[in-house]
Amino acid sequence: MNELIVQKALRGAMGTINLDVNTTLKKGDLTVLFGKSGAGKSTILKMIAGLMEPSNGKIVINDEIWFDKNKKINLPPQKRKVGFVFQDYALFPNMSVKENLEYALDDKKKKTKVDEILEITELSALAKEKPQTLSGGQSQRVALARALVREPKILLLDEPLSALDFAMRSKLQDELIKIQHYFKLTTILVSHDISEVYKLSNYVLELEEGQIKKQGTANEIFGGNTISGKFKFSGEIVDIQASDIVFVVSILVGQDVIKIVSSKDEVENFRINQRVIVSSKAFNPLIIPQ
Amino acid sequence: MFEDSFIQTMMLTFKLAGITTIILLFIGIPLGYYLGFTQTKIKPVIEAIVSMPLVLPPSVLGFYMLVFFSPKNSFGLWLDETFDLRLVFSFEGLVIASIIFSLPFMVHPLQSGFSSIPKNLSQAAYTLGKSKIDVLFNVLLPNMRPAILTGVVISFAHTVGEFGVVLMMGGNIAGETRVASIAIYDEVEALNYDLANQYALTLFVISFLILLSVYAINKHFLRAKI
Repeated sequence: MNELIVQKALRGAMGTINLDVNTTLKKGDLTVLFGKSGAGKSTILKMIAGLMEPSNGKIVINDEIWFDKNKKINLPPQKRKVGFVFQDYALFPNMSVKENLEYALDDKKKKTKVDEILEITELSALAKEKPQTLSGGQSQRVALARALVREPKILLLDEPLSALDFAMRSKLQDELIKIQHYFKLTTILVSHDISEVYKLSNYVLELEEGQIKKQGTANEIFGGNTISGKFKFSGEIVDIQASDIVFVVSILVGQDVIKIVSSKDEVENFRINQRVIVSSKAFNPLIIPQ
Repeated sequence: MFEDSFIQTMMLTFKLAGITTIILLFIGIPLGYYLGFTQTKIKPVIEAIVSMPLVLPPSVLGFYMLVFFSPKNSFGLWLDETFDLRLVFSFEGLVIASIIFSLPFMVHPLQSGFSSIPKNLSQAAYTLGKSKIDVLFNVLLPNMRPAILTGVVISFAHTVGEFGVVLMMGGNIAGETRVASIAIYDEVEALNYDLANQYALTLFVISFLILLSVYAINKHFLRAKI
């Protein structure tokens, strides 16, 4: 069982928000923390890793109590077996790829484990390289490999793919799925990319200003089950332009922008950056091979 | 080609600077680490104390040390009776004075070195189960070599160049407390311009070479990083 109950008042750029989360994580699941920046997603990861102390709550990972305010338990980060992959990878510039992985070993004699993980993550050819010579995708893989060397009880991924281009991100998402299944690791991924959430998650926690706004599968959260449509996509409004007597609303769906004509009354309810579902039922959409 | 007294003075100068720098490194690393990471409210107070030698006239510092360490004073007397240590007009005293006087030149580069390392690096190391000491030696210090080099060299060069504190605390005892900068003053007073010039030119050239090597090596370090 993994239990996550944390509370803390967070001071950020948008003023103070009250982080208040109470949830359980299923063993072996990949749970996505979804939400705007400043909603407290990264903070939750840091609390699980022991890098930040909640003012109240309880963190139980793999039936082991890592934090319990009432019982005054607060394990230091060194005693918590987490695999933390930072957004900027945090590779040690003074060590080669292999040395980065070896540094993560508790027992320096287990060097074969490093070779094994280098093999699984297809990094053997880069073993002697220094981090500054690696591309973004390679750095990300090294950071993940280093986290795996630690044999973590939980894998914490803080937007690890956000700095990569679309093709690389897609490839690494596939690898992440493979690795997560291989090690059967309970994983928390912070993301604000809906397609990524769909692809990777077993479960989604949507955070807004420190509170869980919705939770469920990706479909339950983004699918909008209440509408029955022939086709529907979730996207984000990026632009609203007046054009004669109508308005053209541009919506970003995945990597594409869809332009939809809308009336003045409808537009009044829309704002830029709002998340919406684009749905159509009157016409059968055409599928044209490219 | 050089007189014995010249060699002796120069050797003493570098011995003083070398010992001072080594001791300062051991003081500067923990102090820089503390100042780089602490969130204590009294940080400005500590920073101000460390930086005092930058703005105080050396003679002020020298004067107070002279009074403080004098055997006529209770602390000086205690040192004398307990450790048989006389810091006034002695080489040991010069070392202590130089450490205090060059402290900011070691602490400042180290402090900014520590705080310029992304926090994520040490946090990543903590999540890998590494202790703070382990992280200091394996992650922080190896990634701030330019800062360490700058601190070491500037402290060394500054100790070579100090005058006021040394004059107040050490006086001018050949082979014990007469360093190059004092010798220049001494020779000029004796209208011995040739010897003064020999000292001055030597210091001039050495200072330039030291700084040149720092900038050249740091450029190499910085390029290697990118």
